[in-house]
This record gives sequence, structure tokens and C-alpha cells, in this order.
Amino acid sequence: MASLGRIVSSRHFWPLLVFVLTLLLLRHLSTDFFSISDGRVYGSLVDVFVRGSQVMLLALGMTLVIATGGIDLSVGAVMAISGAMSAWLLTAHEASAGVAIAGGLGVGAVCGLWNGALVAWFGLQPIIATLILMTAGRGIAQLITDGTIITFHHAAFEALGKGYALGVPISVWLVLGMLLVIGAVVDWTNLRLSIESIGSNATASRVAGVPVARVRLLVYVVSGLCAGLAGLINAANIAAADANNAGLYLELDAILAVVIGGAALSGGRFSLTGALVGALVVQGLTTTILTSDVSVHATRVVKAVVVVLVCLLQSPAFRARLQRMIRRRP
Amino acid sequence: MRRLLGPRMLPLAATGLVVVLLYLAAGAKFHDSNWFTYRVLRDLVVNNGVLGVLAIGMTFVILSGGIDLSIGSTVAFVGILSATLLGQGWSPPAVITLSLVCGVALGALMGWLVASFDLPPFMVTLGGMFLMRGVTLLINDSQIAITHPTYLASGKWPIHPAAGAWLIALVVALYLLHYTRFGRNIYAVGGSEQSALLMGLPVWRTKVAVYACCSLFAAFAGVAQSFVSLSGDSTQGVAQEMDAIAAVVIGGTLLTGGRGYVAGTVLGVLILGLIQSAIIFANINSWWTRIGIGLLLLIFVLLQRAIQQRVDRQ
Repeated sequence: MASLGRIVSSRHFWPLLVFVLTLLLLRHLSTDFFSISDGRVYGSLVDVFVRGSQVMLLALGMTLVIATGGIDLSVGAVMAISGAMSAWLLTAHEASAGVAIAGGLGVGAVCGLWNGALVAWFGLQPIIATLILMTAGRGIAQLITDGTIITFHHAAFEALGKGYALGVPISVWLVLGMLLVIGAVVDWTNLRLSIESIGSNATASRVAGVPVARVRLLVYVVSGLCAGLAGLINAANIAAADANNAGLYLELDAILAVVIGGAALSGGRFSLTGALVGALVVQGLTTTILTSDVSVHATRVVKAVVVVLVCLLQSPAFRARLQRMIRRRP
Repeated sequence: MRRLLGPRMLPLAATGLVVVLLYLAAGAKFHDSNWFTYRVLRDLVVNNGVLGVLAIGMTFVILSGGIDLSIGSTVAFVGILSATLLGQGWSPPAVITLSLVCGVALGALMGWLVASFDLPPFMVTLGGMFLMRGVTLLINDSQIAITHPTYLASGKWPIHPAAGAWLIALVVALYLLHYTRFGRNIYAVGGSEQSALLMGLPVWRTKVAVYACCSLFAAFAGVAQSFVSLSGDSTQGVAQEMDAIAAVVIGGTLLTGGRGYVAGTVLGVLILGLIQSAIIFANINSWWTRIGIGLLLLIFVLLQRAIQQRVDRQ
């Protein structure tokens, strides 16, 4: 019984349970849940991972930012900028896929550096600092694309969004790679400790000798890089750069994913895998609703209920009231 | 005059000066006499009236130390609701009353969640945003025209509906914030919730009322929007909450709460509107508007930060 209690109170338990339940429902609804043909995986299960890859990438960066007590509203706009940059390099300069990818990632990192500098060096509130790029970002992306939607044909670049490697979609490999890289860096250095201590109490961390400004700068750069990569996948997926719609509202999905994954918006402890599970829950719900006969628009209503429920379950005030109610009943 | 140049009012006066200078500088740059006409000023007010109402509502929430992301969706919801019900033969007063009641109900629900369970306002109102947009799209996912004679006749009103709504919202907000106990409580809760609680102020009630108030203003903006566009549009007000936040911040209200003025918010909306008009007038590509607003936001926030640090040092 004690071990069961430990499993239930684990931070991953509830998001994982919801994800598994969603998958069961999806399996029940879809004709092709999971299949392998020509050595490649197909089906609605794979679909959840492929479509969720962009939000998963954003959530990886976002969870680090949120753990420091910050927030990054600009990731959707950064996706648009990086997609526009790579499409522009591919078409106007006939660059190779490598150069286009490097360009997109580079511009993502620069955007992250900009956000980080405003937060770490100028001491702006994260929500305002990133709101600036959120507002201006789509304008910058349109500046690069000259207000049009740039379409391109480049098999090697498009493989980022549509290709397979070892039977598994490349976008899923990219998420896995990013998870391993960030996870390794965070856990093999003292970075996790620094990030979590800044999120708990920035002033105390500074006094204790944590390089607060440098760590803050770093998490925004990582978030920018993740957004850049997500933007590349988005552009490769549709073989075009759409400055107005690429990554629209994905910053909100990413924040939602991190919160579902068990992190508090006020900062402190974080879990990379938790954020990924959160992103999968969001995408799993969306795909399930799309597969069922319910109207597409119900997705948003379901999301609204999920947001509030997750926040309530994490709230100490709500838990206390719930416990009082349970105790009073018998 | 002394009060106007005191440390409390100086930023507000400076922002007002920026509005005037921006207007004059744009006119000087264009060498175009059309800029200095009644028409440009009228368009400035008319085109930004709905955003003006939204930003005034947002000021309440931000002053209390919160944020509301749901207002853009509420505008779309009221638009679609009005158009649908008017099409079914409802009378305009009934439709408007129902819209406002829906707004208050949504706001009170969000405020209750924030105040009772200490949930982050960002997440709760994000839920509100998803909910309202979802319900709107479920009712109707396209555009519905409004053909009711009362709405059509609004073109002959002595005052444009958007301008009228902005004026009403401004007067109500000025009264509530500066002449009532509710207004004092908002500033107190935003300044320090702990202190407000220890002083025995009704923190819980104030928080719930603030969100109800903001959503009421949003629903009112939605009513104004349906009079202006004579239709309900499910994509109306997308990302408008971000413009409203930008206007409030440019107007000098601190996002941490407790400091700021509604008058500043009006100036903030006017600055956003001036940039938009100037860019249309100068015939530059529209994407420069977004970049211009972003840059201006940056400059204002950095300036406020510098002023804040100087005040803190004194």
C-alpha cells in the first residue's frame, strides 16, 4: 500500500495516467492505431508523436525558463522567424540544407539571446521582455519573407519534417536528441541545481554565489534554440514559410505542457520528461478529438477544462479543501 | 501645475507629451496637410475605440497584480452570440444584457478560481481564453451579418459607437478607480496583498470583482465591436489581449501591480494607434507596425525601469 501511495503521489503519475487513458480512447476510435509496413511505423499513435514534436521541443526549452521563474511568450514568433530564415536561404541563396538549418537555428539562438539579455542584464520582467519579441517577431519574419509565403522544394531539408530514419520519423529523433543533450548537460553539471535555486529564490542564489545572470541568459538561449528547431520542422513539414501562421499560439500550448508536466509557474523544480509527457497529453487530446466525431472546436473547450483541473490539482489551497471535505464525510 | 510635475504624475505627463510629439513629428515628416485634419484624429479614436475599452478593463486586472488573457476571445464570443440571437429575433436590449451578464459570469468564475485557490492568473485566464474561443467556434465558426435596424441605424448616431463606448468606459473606470473604496482596494491589493490582508481589506472580494470587471469591459467592447462591424466574427479579437497589455504597459502601469493610471492606458492606446496611422500614411509595409510597436514597447519599458530605479534609490 505504501508503494502504491508513492506511485500515486509521484509527479509523473497523473499526466502519464491521463496520457495512457487518452491513448486507450484513441485506440478504440481509430482504425489504424499502430502498424509497421516497409520497416516504418504508421498509425494514429505515431501521429501523436509526429504532430506533437514541435510542442515537445518548445516545452523542453520552456520548462528550463519556467524553472528559473521566467516565461517565454516569444517562442511561436521565433518559430516563424527561423522558418522564414531557412526558407529565404534555400530560395534566395540556393543554400544547402546544412546552411539553411544552421541559419534557422542561429537566428533562434540570437532571439533567445535578445530575450535573455533583456531579462538577465536589464532586469525586465520575463513576461514583458518576451512580449516585445512576441509582438515584433512576426513582423521580422514578414520582413524576411517580404510579406509572402515562401515555398520551396528541397528534399534534404524537407526530410526534417517528413523523413524517416531507422523506421521512425526524423522529427521524433530530433526531440529525443534534444532531450538527451539538454538532460546530459543539466544533470552532468551543476546547472540543474543553479536553475532550481534561482527559481526558488534568486536573491539568495546570488548571495550564495550562483551566476544568476549567466544561467538566466543560457535558459533563454536554449529556449530560442528549441524554438528555432521547431520552426525548421514546421517549415519542412509544409515545404513553406508562413510568417503569419507558423507556430501561432504554440507558446501557450508549450506553457500548458510544462504545467501539465508538474512544474509550478512560480519556478523551482522541473522535469524534462514531465514536460514531454505534458506535450503528449495536449497533442493526444487534440488527435483523439480530431479522430472522433466531436467537432474540432471542442478541442479548445477540453483544453480549457484540462488547464483549470491541472492547476487546481497542484494548488495547496484546493488540496486542503478537498481533504477537509473527504474527512468530514464518513 | 505643481501636482502635474510631481514625481507621481510626471511619467503620465511625459507620456502625454510623447503622444503630441509623435503626432507632430509624423505630420512634419509627411509634408502632407491631410495629416492635420479632423478626419485623421477621428479615425484615430474610432479605429482604436474597442481596443481602448479592452485596455481600460485590463488596467484593473494589472493594477491588482494579475493578468487576463481571455478578453480577445470574449469579444469574439459576444459578437457571435449577438449576431446569432438577433438573427433569431431577440431584441437588442435583451442581447446586450445577456452579453454583459455572460462577461461578468466568466470574469467572476476566473476571479473565484484565482482568489479562492491561489491559482496563477496567467493559467486560469488562459483557460478562459480557450473556453471562450472554443464556445464561440462551436456556436458558429464563420461570420454572421447583423441586419437588425437598431444596429444599422448606429451610423446616424451623433457619436460613433466605438468612440462612445471608449468614453463611457473611461468615465466609469476613472470613477471606480479614483473615487470609490473598490478602487483604493485594487491599488492596495496590487501594491502588497499581504499588507492589504493585514489591514483588513476585503482581498478575496476585490480580486473576484476585478476579474468580473475586466470581463465586463471586454463584453462591452464586444457589443461595441458588433455595432461597428455589423457582424459577428469567430476570429475577431485574436491576439488583441496582447495589444491591450502592450497599451497598458506603455501607459505606465507596472505589471507587478499597485501603480498606474487609466489615463495612462488611454495614452498608450493612442500611441499604438498613432504608429498604425503613421505607417499607413507613409505607405510602408504593414509588418513595420508590429516591429514599431515592439520597439516602442522596449523603449518605454526600459525608460520606466530607469525611472523606477531612480525613485527607489531616493
